[in-house]
Amino acid sequence: MEPFGDVMYANPSGSHKFAREARRAIDEARDVVAAAIGCRPGEVVFTSGGTEGANSAVLGAVRRSGGRAVCTATEHHAVLHCVEHVDGVVVPVTAEGPVNPDVLREQLANTSNVSVVSVMAVNNETGAINNLELVSHAVRGRAEGAILHTDAVQAACWIDLRTVWPHVDVLTLSAHKFGGPKGMGVMVVREGVHLEPLILGGGQERDRRSGTHNVAGIVGTATALRITDETREHEVARVRSLRNRLLSELTHNIDCAVATLPDGEGSAGTAHVCLEGLESESLLYLLDSAGVCVSAASACASGAMEPSHVLAAMGVPKARINGSLRFSFGHTTTDDDISSAIDATVAAAQRLTAVKS
Amino acid sequence: MKILVAMSGGVDSSAAALILREQGHEVVGVTMRLWGGESDTGCCSVSDVDDARRVAQQVGVDHLVFNFSDDFNEHVVEPYVASHVNGTTPNPCIECNRHLKFDRLIERGRTLGFDAVATGHHARIEMFNGQPRLARGEDAQKDQSYVVHMLAGADLNYVLFPVGNMEKSQVREEATRAGLRTASKPDSQDVCFIGSTIGRAGFLEPRLTFNSADVVDASGTKVGEVPAVELVTLGQRRGLGLGGGDKRYVVAVDVPLRRVTVGDEAQLFVNETPVGKLVWPHEGDEEFVLSQDVLVQGSAHGERSSARLTKTADGYSLVWARPTRRIAPGQTVVFYDSTDMFVLGGGIVTA
Repeated sequence: MEPFGDVMYANPSGSHKFAREARRAIDEARDVVAAAIGCRPGEVVFTSGGTEGANSAVLGAVRRSGGRAVCTATEHHAVLHCVEHVDGVVVPVTAEGPVNPDVLREQLANTSNVSVVSVMAVNNETGAINNLELVSHAVRGRAEGAILHTDAVQAACWIDLRTVWPHVDVLTLSAHKFGGPKGMGVMVVREGVHLEPLILGGGQERDRRSGTHNVAGIVGTATALRITDETREHEVARVRSLRNRLLSELTHNIDCAVATLPDGEGSAGTAHVCLEGLESESLLYLLDSAGVCVSAASACASGAMEPSHVLAAMGVPKARINGSLRFSFGHTTTDDDISSAIDATVAAAQRLTAVKS
Repeated sequence: MKILVAMSGGVDSSAAALILREQGHEVVGVTMRLWGGESDTGCCSVSDVDDARRVAQQVGVDHLVFNFSDDFNEHVVEPYVASHVNGTTPNPCIECNRHLKFDRLIERGRTLGFDAVATGHHARIEMFNGQPRLARGEDAQKDQSYVVHMLAGADLNYVLFPVGNMEKSQVREEATRAGLRTASKPDSQDVCFIGSTIGRAGFLEPRLTFNSADVVDASGTKVGEVPAVELVTLGQRRGLGLGGGDKRYVVAVDVPLRRVTVGDEAQLFVNETPVGKLVWPHEGDEEFVLSQDVLVQGSAHGERSSARLTKTADGYSLVWARPTRRIAPGQTVVFYDSTDMFVLGGGIVTA
């Protein structure tokens, strides 16, 4: 992406030589992205990130054809807040994390004029996976005209997107989740599906998303997604064993530690545990001091940790929610990192347990 | 030392972090998120967190945000609302200091291995007869010993007030010298969780039911009416629907009976004030205070009056040296020594 951030600063929508070179870089990137998702190049829209994609899908569908928006209770706020904003319907999830397709089916049967259903592929906090094939059967059976959107932001690294795309109408990604630049995203919109664009202007991206292209960002996004796709199979196997080791050692060595998802369930990229009775904020500080960077739930505008709406929706008790920890894995995560994380977490838990008693 | 500095986003706590850092301490700044509701002023808004974070960056220390909003709601906001229903006059800033700044933050600081917790309060802690004791801040106009009077025992060895020995103008000069964005930020004045645009009545309205009340004189004759007895405070003169005439003051508020009694100013003066929920900085302070007259302060920047604390059949009472203007139930009284410098204890007016 380097030349496009520096030397090649031509606007790809221009009609001169340098513009054509920028244009070509975007067209190539679109091909690369389409290949990794198994969609047509024309279905790929470059955005500013996962949030824009989610907003475009939910609000774009409702603005285009009216009707109700539906999503699950554990969606990322980028989806959830949009659905709430248009007075949509929020469907409960199971204690294990995913939505029960039968419950979704029933909810859709009781809701008239549904224009968009949004069900995330992988939950960003717990790593719980929704089976989008079953979800799509529920949607097709009960809400024929509805657009099915999936927030696949957390799936890109861990699930072959070609297995997800056939079941949905709109799929959104965030580039920085797969090693691409921050402030970039991809929205895939199935041919024939129409969303009202959120951003109007010069008509870029075939009128689906105006604004001068971020050429460097687009090139970086495509390259990162290509590498992610090429290395995924190997990485998933490698990281899954790291994740399983972390979860198993934490739950064995810390009395109050409970894995949030059932054994063997969930994405390879996330390990979620609750240290019942302890405080996430204190754990995060002690882990950070020990050089281990983890997170709890999501941060509000002030930077404060908010109690997780995801865990609340799963019915996790408050004493566990307050002690939640989310470990995220990536291509740089090593076995040594996991050992450090285990040691630091066990030490932090011991310290906080000792202070309490 | 490793010090946790509570940074509200105001100039005092900004300077506190700066001073401790320049003294060579290992400093971590923390902003407590206290209020989840809407407010455009005070220590709870996102813009104040932004200011605190930016100051921490400028000073060169890490900045954290702790979410204490559940405790704040339970210990500060809910009691604040309830006290209006009970007809008492609360001081939410004192309850916040008691439960959040000190209880919760000190506990957190100790848990995480900090040697001290610092705040930007204008108060001092000085050794006196071999014990650390809270004293008034250097700047008499800005002294906040009243609102932090509940600090006691080992906590007095754990808390630091880096700006307590400075004049406010010096604090601003220090912040200006370091180029901190909070250097000329105005002091916070109002209750932080109540936005200046909605005010107290606007804040309380969705949280309790307002009841209108008759305003009566000493003989029980109705002389006026108020739309919300819950908003009437002892000593109040305006907003009673009395029209002109002699100056009359609220001398009694009976929320259950929905009755406000007015009278002349003399009726506001009392010889004795019942108090409870007493707090003592050190063992032996209660006996000391019971044994001699102390100076009593009954509001944040109020006058001091001499009184003797005495035990009564069902608690304690302050017996004033001369008739003293009544302090509303729910308000805090703080006891100072005869030099008006050291905090000897405090409590809450019960009737």
